Amino acid sequence: MAPHGAITGVNGSLITVAFAAPVRRYEVAYALRDGLRLKAEVVRIRGDRADLQVFESTAGLRPGDPVEFTGELLSVELGPGLLGRIYDGLQNPLHELAEAGGVFLARGAYRPGLDPDQSWPFTPALRPGAVVEAGDTLGQVPEGRFAHAIMAPFDLAGRHRVCEIVAPGTYTLADTVAVVEGEDGVRRPLRLGFRWPIKRAIRLWRERLPPVEPLITGVRILDSLFPVALGGTFCMPGPFGSGKTVLQQLTSRHALVDIVIIAACGERAGEVVETLRDFPHRPDPQTGRALIERTIIVCNTSSMPIAAREASVYTAVTLGEYYRQMGLQVLLLADSTSRWAQALRERSGRLEEIPGEEAFPAYLESTIAEFYERAGRVRLRNGSIGTVTIGGTVSPAGGSFEEPVTQATLKAVGAFHALSRERSDARRFPAIDPLESWSRYRGIILPERRERVRRLLARAHEIAELMKVVGEEGTSLADFALHLKAEFFDAVFLQQNAYHPVDAATPRARSEAAFGLLQEILETELVPGSREEARDFFVDLRRRVLDWNLLPWSAPACVAGLAEIRARWRSRVEAAARTAPALRRALVETDLDSSCRRARRMRPEAPEDAVHADHADATAGEERAGEAPAADETLEEEPPKPTDEYDALDDR
Amino acid sequence: MRWTTDSIRRIAGNVIEVQARGVGYGELALVSSPGAAALAQIIRLDGDAVFLQVLGGTAGLSSGDSVRFLERALEAPFTPHLLGRVFDGKGEPRDGGPRLLEATVPVGGPPVNPVRRLKPSRMIRTAIPMIDLFNSLVESQKISIFTVAGEPYLELLARIALQADAEVIVLGGMGLRYDDYLFLRDTLESAGAAARTVAFVHTAADPVVECIAAPDLALAVAERFALAGRRVLVLLTDMTSFCDALKEVAIVMEQVPSNRGYPGDLYSQLAARYEKAVAFEGAGSVTLLSVTTLPGNDITHPVPDNTGYITEGQYYLQNGRIEPFGSLSRLKQHVNAATRADHRTLMDAMIRLYAGYQETLEKRAMGFALSPWDGKLMRYGTLFEARLMDLGVAMTLETALDLGWRILADCFAPAETGIGSELLADFWPREEAGRA
Ligand SMILES: Nc1ncnc2c1ncn2[C@@H]1O[C@H](COP(=O)(O)OP(=O)(O)OP(=O)(O)O)[C@@H](O)[C@H]1O
Ligand SMILES: [Mg+2]
Repeated sequence: MAPHGAITGVNGSLITVAFAAPVRRYEVAYALRDGLRLKAEVVRIRGDRADLQVFESTAGLRPGDPVEFTGELLSVELGPGLLGRIYDGLQNPLHELAEAGGVFLARGAYRPGLDPDQSWPFTPALRPGAVVEAGDTLGQVPEGRFAHAIMAPFDLAGRHRVCEIVAPGTYTLADTVAVVEGEDGVRRPLRLGFRWPIKRAIRLWRERLPPVEPLITGVRILDSLFPVALGGTFCMPGPFGSGKTVLQQLTSRHALVDIVIIAACGERAGEVVETLRDFPHRPDPQTGRALIERTIIVCNTSSMPIAAREASVYTAVTLGEYYRQMGLQVLLLADSTSRWAQALRERSGRLEEIPGEEAFPAYLESTIAEFYERAGRVRLRNGSIGTVTIGGTVSPAGGSFEEPVTQATLKAVGAFHALSRERSDARRFPAIDPLESWSRYRGIILPERRERVRRLLARAHEIAELMKVVGEEGTSLADFALHLKAEFFDAVFLQQNAYHPVDAATPRARSEAAFGLLQEILETELVPGSREEARDFFVDLRRRVLDWNLLPWSAPACVAGLAEIRARWRSRVEAAARTAPALRRALVETDLDSSCRRARRMRPEAPEDAVHADHADATAGEERAGEAPAADETLEEEPPKPTDEYDALDDR
Repeated sequence: MRWTTDSIRRIAGNVIEVQARGVGYGELALVSSPGAAALAQIIRLDGDAVFLQVLGGTAGLSSGDSVRFLERALEAPFTPHLLGRVFDGKGEPRDGGPRLLEATVPVGGPPVNPVRRLKPSRMIRTAIPMIDLFNSLVESQKISIFTVAGEPYLELLARIALQADAEVIVLGGMGLRYDDYLFLRDTLESAGAAARTVAFVHTAADPVVECIAAPDLALAVAERFALAGRRVLVLLTDMTSFCDALKEVAIVMEQVPSNRGYPGDLYSQLAARYEKAVAFEGAGSVTLLSVTTLPGNDITHPVPDNTGYITEGQYYLQNGRIEPFGSLSRLKQHVNAATRADHRTLMDAMIRLYAGYQETLEKRAMGFALSPWDGKLMRYGTLFEARLMDLGVAMTLETALDLGWRILADCFAPAETGIGSELLADFWPREEAGRA
């Protein structure tokens, strides 16, 4: 019989329990009341008392109520059938709960995370006699578009010999598909699925690799200036209403990855409903199949029990790590990590721990860092490469990035996408601040070029600030032109219309092509005849590029349209050069510049933006090549650029 | 068995501590002093020490008063006779009518399973251009009016309530001034809406802690009406008073405050209420419109800050107008694709130009020479404020859209608006086209 305890105190979601037999930290227990079994987790042990956080409302619990300890750490089920599901933070499937319990989430109602009755066509990959370790592939079942690897349980200790393995056929999760024998002589039955504790990272890989491949999100400002890497981490802090959730929703639809896991953590239920109702009808940009087939939603929305909020992010990352073991590219999007931090704060307060800054517990920073450390690009034992990328939103109190959660997160991530109230108020979406944000990863644009553009934008910002003090007339014509150019670049490239079918996501090749032209525009010094004339010119050019942005990339007019805009710009520059010989290239002499120029001398019409294959692993780009015409036929003419996988890490 | 105890060990703030056994977390008790009885709720259990929050406040309580446990949680009256009635923050009649205890519903019930929610899709037309055109209100939305004392927020609340075409209106008043309550009541009455309204009103004269229950009662009743298929509109004013009451209780319970004295769970407390806004599959809906007065007119104050992170937008009411900046309806994109082809684009373009006008105003304030472009922006901003922002304006969405184009055409050349050529071709006012 399970060891028992009895409640001695109730304080919000926390109960104190007197126990006799030993209990473990993070062990699952159930508080029993009125025939209900309320799931809880041991969070602290002191003497003969344990403090448990209950994943349900504690209403009605009273001292003396029995508590049943299970001995098992809080775990999830791993196996085929996770994709397309929507779970609560403890992996209860919400559709099944609704079928059983109706409109409301009834207390104490739990359902298995995987359907035990669903049958799967299993193809074994091993024969009796083979030797397996934890994580080794036994066979596979088809799950949507993936060959879902059936693996030896991750907690299988040591080497095991396969004694029996079933013939190809249809099996359920309850069936034994193999029997293995360990060096201890014990025979163990293996099934299609198994359990794993969510707070323990899955580390069954051969080596961790640097995250050097870009993850294409379709968001231009990210892909070009503040890229995300497969296996990397990024965070998105911003005040309320600045566009964090919309940006994550866009990314969850358009990101070029295999699997997206959405962790809706302590935010609005309505936002989950949008995804839920939308994804079954929306095509996956890579395969055209329903997007829901590559998605898992884990949600613990703001009015669901607070204690399960913390569990929800761990549940999500554990599911991600599981699919990574199959050599897949997984993207985990967590919205919002601040709500998880607040749940920690609430619990810590009830435990009467010594509070740190803004009453957050002292271990906030290490907890956040540990979580993001579960991201990564790894080489598996079979040689294939899998990644888990983690992106989390942060909801800073008062919108100030000085607060503890933002600061702790900044130390843990590789890219920082700062959303600003100023930009969202002015409807400049996505409201990512190009001056505050940064990324340590290598993207589709060479780091040097990114840095040059960033510097120009910073300079233009200074000019704009200066103009507030000295007025337009106090700035030189050249400075004023740079200001206009930066505004133009912002309007036609950095901003993107999330609600336009074409503009919502920009394919890699298109971003590269547009960035190339726009960088040329930014960097070519242009001294206009007058301020008004310059403004008129850019108003017209802006309209042209905005119209171009709405043309589908596959439309034949698209490539021609870009060339037309380029021609228009160059003739304007030439006209200015004729009238005022002030035109010159204001580039810092770098190897890159001279190599670009060399390339141009070889093919006079080759624009600088044709610099393309700037890193070795351009696979993500190749995947996209099929759906759109090549940006520019001069692309192939580019000499390959030498790359160093590791310089992604020091680009900052 | 009903446990009774006749000694109160500790009285501090609105919280008392007694010794009792066999009582459950969250349950109610009746604290009886000679000639008076107050409702109290269990907020912590530690061995046989029971901490209760006294809803009527602890003023005048004696250590010798008796406490009787009721073995039930807080409930709201729910019968067909509810409409037209007014209750206080404990659910007791405030209008002299009968107590309606024959049927009740528990408050603070479990959350709705997200998969049983519907995606909001019905626009509520208010005839206020700053709402309909720029931040459309949607059925089942939760949204707050951010404002300060002295602004006509109750007028705005009432105006939206009457336009909203709701089948049931539930009013939750927290710290409401009695005059304000009378104003709301009379406005609803004169429009013939009183008979479909039920109110739970805690006034500024009542004990502070009573106002914690008022939104819960209102929302529990609203949820029931919605489950019965009604379109319900809940009005909650003022949520800042609710938060201040939470703060008071937290301090008495010696919780470590997280930010300016407010408890760390303020977000979750607010979310538990606001998330009651819902559209049910196969039944009605709850739309939630609240008022949040900004202490010190500071939007970063914990109350508006947490609210903004929870609600699906806010109307920022300042100087008698709904400001385009700071105002937001997060659900607008669910409805404004289907209104008219130009709605979204016009909305964004007009706000972007209005941002430009604000910059020009700053320039002018600094005494700089204004360029011809600034001149256009000045003209635009002035027209925009007078003809669209003024709260006196009432017009349909379609009229407002047409007016928007007209204002643009009055001030700018088509390309200067940043609007795509296709829409310009379709919507740019014809008679102005030659001029621009
Ligand atoms: N890329 C975008 N394009 C157009 N509109 C946007 C974009 N991003 C955000 N918005 C607008 O801003 C609103 C708020 O965005 P969102 O809900 O993503 O904010 P948030 O940062 O997640 O806020 P919170 O922290 O409160 O959840 C959206 O409902 C939409 O109207
Ligand atoms: Mg959000």
